[in-house]
Amino acid sequence: MKPKVNIGVTGLNAIDSPGPGIAVIRCLREATAFDVRIIGLAYESLEPGIYMHDLVDHTYQIPYPTAGTELLHSRLEYIQSIEKLDLIIPNFDAELYPFIKLEPKLKKLGIRLFTPTLKQFEEREKVNLNEFGEKYHLHVPKSKAIYELNAINNLGNDFTFPVIVKGKFYDAVRAYNYDQVRSAFSKISAQWGLPIIIQEFIQGTEFNVTGLGDGKGNTISLVPMRKQYITEKGKAWGGISISDEKMQEMTRKFIKQTKWRGGFELELMKDKKGKIYLFEINPRMPAWIYLSAGVGQNIPEALVRLAMGEKVEPFTDYKVGKMFIRFAWDMIVDRNEFEQISINGEL
Amino acid sequence: MKINKNIAISETGLLFHPGSGESYSVNPIGVEIINRMKQGSSFDEIAAEILAKYNTDRATFEKDYHDFIRLMKENGLLEEKDHETEG
Repeated sequence: MKPKVNIGVTGLNAIDSPGPGIAVIRCLREATAFDVRIIGLAYESLEPGIYMHDLVDHTYQIPYPTAGTELLHSRLEYIQSIEKLDLIIPNFDAELYPFIKLEPKLKKLGIRLFTPTLKQFEEREKVNLNEFGEKYHLHVPKSKAIYELNAINNLGNDFTFPVIVKGKFYDAVRAYNYDQVRSAFSKISAQWGLPIIIQEFIQGTEFNVTGLGDGKGNTISLVPMRKQYITEKGKAWGGISISDEKMQEMTRKFIKQTKWRGGFELELMKDKKGKIYLFEINPRMPAWIYLSAGVGQNIPEALVRLAMGEKVEPFTDYKVGKMFIRFAWDMIVDRNEFEQISINGEL
Repeated sequence: MKINKNIAISETGLLFHPGSGESYSVNPIGVEIINRMKQGSSFDEIAAEILAKYNTDRATFEKDYHDFIRLMKENGLLEEKDHETEG
């Protein structure tokens, strides 16, 4: 009989710019090493995953990261008194910081995490990308954090147009002149705050790699993908697993040198000469993580096993040329379910 | 001229480049040429076979062949180190 693991999962917003939660849960439901009870952790009452009862056993609302770690801790304490969670898999960049901060306290409650360390999390932040590239000898595009509109006037000293204007956590816009940079600055900072990151534009083809590091420098899993169908927000609506030695080498180097712990997604750009630039490191699994199970490397399953203290052998192979094609569908939901999550904070 | 060894081609002419994730569709004569190249046939051997099988002249075949090879090169489907242009 397989052991049962109780797992809390965030990121249930399976919307057009989806959180990874549902994809993570699908992988966990297909795990061969254990059975799961999935506890959804949601911020909003309309996160679709709350109502997917075949995937999520029960959902609790949790406070936004901006509410502070104390409030989050007391909510998780309450949830733990009922659910006896073995671990939580946080899936949003913005919530990782409070979860990582809370790790010692969660451990006392019996809840494990398998996230990057605070050092790893902070080092790879977009504002630190230049230093990160230098320290670990990885090609990164030139980046600069700016905190005020006036700073845009001096961009010409460091950059040529076009440039990429990025939010601290999300959003990226290509800007061809100062006016477009100003407009993107205002729009993105209004949503995600400051700083805004200006990044050198690299002409090339974008690739993504997801993977799993064991925290000791070993690569447990590595799956490169090329987006085939991209939404207006730049999200992959379809993609295909690929095989590229340089990308694999760069990913292994990243894990080995940082001793990365947990899941991640690297955003890479390959220019016409074949040079690969690392332009973003997402410190969590991506929304397309279900492809990892599809190609034979179930990353969420391996992550849970690592979190539970098991020895996990690195995957050695995956299927190249496997595609994922995302789709949207409508669920019919009783209003009383919506009321329960909205009023009682759980469903 | 060598086809990139990782390239996969289906019977229906769908060509997949595992390094870039790109797919291409190739017509039946293209499939024949690629399969011959994979087997190591020379330009002259391929030309002789195509000319015997189809109603075309050598000049037309050579022009189309080189257009085809150029497209394959542009898309990274040929081994980078081998830029031999026979024929």
